[in-house]
Amino acid sequence: MARPHGNNSAASVRPDDRSRGADPLAARREFMAKVVAVACGGLATIPPVVAGLWAFLDPLRRTRGAASFLSVADLAAIPDDGLPRQFPVIADRVDAWTGFAAEPVGAVYLSREQGSREVRALSATCPHAGCFIDLEKATQCFRCPCHNSSFTLDGNIVNPSPSPRAMDELECRVGGNGQVEVKWQKYRAGIAEKVVQG
Amino acid sequence: MSRPAARAASGQPSRKGVFGRLADFLDDRTGYRAVVHEALYERVPGGARWRYVWGSTLVFAFMTQVITGLFLWANYSPSAQTAWESVYYIQHEVAGGWLLRGIHHFMAQAMVVLLALHLLQVVIDGAYRAPREVNFWLGLVLMMLVLGMALTGYLLPWDQKGYWATIVATNLAGIVPFAGPSLQQLVIGGPEYGHHTLTRFFALHAGFLPATLVMFLVVHLALFRKHGLHAKRPITKPDAMFWPDQVLKDAVAMLAVMAVILGVILMPALRAMLAGEVVHLGHLGAELGAPADPSLPYAAARPEWYFLFLFQFLKVFEGWGATGEFFGAIVVPGLIMTVMALMPIVGNWRLGHRFNVAFTLAILAGVGLLTAMALNEDYSALWVNRASLAEAEKLHDQTGGDAAKLVAALGGDNAKVAAIKRQWKTLEKVRRSQAYLDAVKLAEADAARAVELAGRPERIPPAGMLELVRHDPQSQGPRLFAQHCGSCHAHVDPLAPDAEAVIAKSSAANLYGFGSADWMRGLLDANQVAGPAYFGNTAHKEGDMVSFVRNDLTDEATWPKADIDAVVAAMAAEAGRPVPAGIAGLVAKGRELVAADDRCGACHTFHDNGTEPGSAPDLTGWGGRDWLVGIIADPTHPRFYGDSNDRMPSFGTAAEGSLPPLTREQIGLVADWLRGEWYRPPER
Repeated sequence: MARPHGNNSAASVRPDDRSRGADPLAARREFMAKVVAVACGGLATIPPVVAGLWAFLDPLRRTRGAASFLSVADLAAIPDDGLPRQFPVIADRVDAWTGFAAEPVGAVYLSREQGSREVRALSATCPHAGCFIDLEKATQCFRCPCHNSSFTLDGNIVNPSPSPRAMDELECRVGGNGQVEVKWQKYRAGIAEKVVQG
Repeated sequence: MSRPAARAASGQPSRKGVFGRLADFLDDRTGYRAVVHEALYERVPGGARWRYVWGSTLVFAFMTQVITGLFLWANYSPSAQTAWESVYYIQHEVAGGWLLRGIHHFMAQAMVVLLALHLLQVVIDGAYRAPREVNFWLGLVLMMLVLGMALTGYLLPWDQKGYWATIVATNLAGIVPFAGPSLQQLVIGGPEYGHHTLTRFFALHAGFLPATLVMFLVVHLALFRKHGLHAKRPITKPDAMFWPDQVLKDAVAMLAVMAVILGVILMPALRAMLAGEVVHLGHLGAELGAPADPSLPYAAARPEWYFLFLFQFLKVFEGWGATGEFFGAIVVPGLIMTVMALMPIVGNWRLGHRFNVAFTLAILAGVGLLTAMALNEDYSALWVNRASLAEAEKLHDQTGGDAAKLVAALGGDNAKVAAIKRQWKTLEKVRRSQAYLDAVKLAEADAARAVELAGRPERIPPAGMLELVRHDPQSQGPRLFAQHCGSCHAHVDPLAPDAEAVIAKSSAANLYGFGSADWMRGLLDANQVAGPAYFGNTAHKEGDMVSFVRNDLTDEATWPKADIDAVVAAMAAEAGRPVPAGIAGLVAKGRELVAADDRCGACHTFHDNGTEPGSAPDLTGWGGRDWLVGIIADPTHPRFYGDSNDRMPSFGTAAEGSLPPLTREQIGLVADWLRGEWYRPPER
């Protein structure tokens, strides 16, 4: 049965046969056609790609709000025996479009020496890779469950440890009303220097 | 002989640069040149033509949807508490989100148009004939898939529009015999619409349907290449190459489509700029309605314009009940699709091709006609001259639309009766259209309000936007008032053009500005107190207050103007409303007057003035939130009207075992609304 439109396989007509040889005007016209075709196609594709990337890069515009002092505990709630204890940090939190009022956002370890009104605050976030550091009662040290980074009760590294630096100490003050306030801040994980996460 | 071997045999050193050699390297290992060659150098019999661009343009449109869709996916969150919220975030807060969403939204509509053009071209050119029948069928499947993606995508923002349209669409699916109810339940992910409706529609929209579409598209394109382009007859020009001749035309068409879409998105911005207005980027591109609310009637519900014909078609079967819907939504469209699927076979018969073309044009004309009818029904109020119907409208109001009464009213003038009856039909249409237009306006106001609320510094509560909207006095107050208070009380600015008529019809006080200095001044005005805006249409018209205002307050010896000013100032202050600057200094004096037992305090309790409650409402905290909540909840309480309460229901109390008409919270919303207490965004 005869095919109605002949054989269309690419091999039957070679483009080179047309442009090469004969008419330089035709060759130029074909070149222009190629340029305009690529230009139009490219232009038509730009808007979706640009709009997409524009929106995709939006998170880079977002910054964490400036760190502020948050009330975490009453001074009396921290026994003055030098041993750290875990306290939740409660703060208002915004997650993209959702606003959470007074929600637990993390934890700190607080300790104070006998008779002292000064409180030491250590972030419970491991400086190695950001896991939550446990306080091991049995061994009297801090240990991160993820990669076994270990720290003394002062927060110093116990070697060998994968953590590049000691536990992050947070600024801490005691208000007139006896409320312990901690400057709630996150630091970049995995590096030796203590750098605030933007 | 392999290429490297050929080059080696020729003995010539390669004169190619780095890129040329890299290309050779790649080609030797992948054979890409042959593939590209195969892709680009397709013969176009009779030369490139504009009528061939639709297929390529559709592929371009689909690729645009894939690109924009993936980036939208990176921001979208399908659940009943986050879908609207994340789309709001994309539209109003993500940089460029409005453009991304706008392109996706309008390209979807462009695809429907391009599909129609592609189909039309294929049918008119007879490109469905042997050996291309299978490809034609694949095309029909692709069309259904695209329409399916349009339908599922409409729901994803979880706004009122998408929600109600989906309720209708899925209920129609539910009337399919046997499998219908199960099918419906599977699609919506359970017996109720919610999280799983969204997760399933999203999986269909962004997963199943496009994946299936790609598979069919690959075969569609492969078969297209296998059979070659079906040329328009007769062929008069020499053949051309797909690249660059046809590609050039295709690319120009793609650019034109994209230009139209950008134009549609950016046109409002251009108009605003020319008018010297501020352009809010979030208002450009696709619309976002108010969040879906199953408890809120949505009279503006309509499908997207390309499904309007189906919507209108179903009206043809009004009165047929479920059979009508089954017939209109399933049988007829099914038959049309069957006829279309049979086109390649029908086309073999004599006149078969003509039948196919005529059928397709008839269907398109029908679709166009139904769409026009739908639009006409919805928008006729915009162009029908209402003034010309004034007499008919008046007669309709007089007779209540009763034909016998009309005949009597016109004294048996039969010609006139017939004319009026015809006008009544038009009037009915115009009223329905006006109701639709009002509903659209309300929907737009609700949508704008939701966006305003979402931008509050506290952001959207974890329970979602609907929670916030339902607790918003600005949008809920008027609805609750209209439903529960509006049958007696007016709420209209006395300076508004139609205020007088509205107030005259009411049977209780006009509560517009209740608590304000202006409202109080009117109450203490002898000319107004017994008028319809205050006690005129109530039992209190004959009460002590009216006679006090008319007799005592008009006596300048006991009540000089400055004293009345002082009372006005004190009461506005009591309500927590602004006290006008001219009388602001009189608040303290006014409080003394209100409390004094030879003045207002003779009847009214006011703080600790010692007057026993019961003879008149307690004015302590008058017009404030607590006071309003109290009187709405129970006006018969001794603190308010006690025994002399005139017809006002107690909205917050109920007999043991039954629910009060309004919850405390709803009463609070009405009170806040009356007081004008709601969130207002800072001026930008």
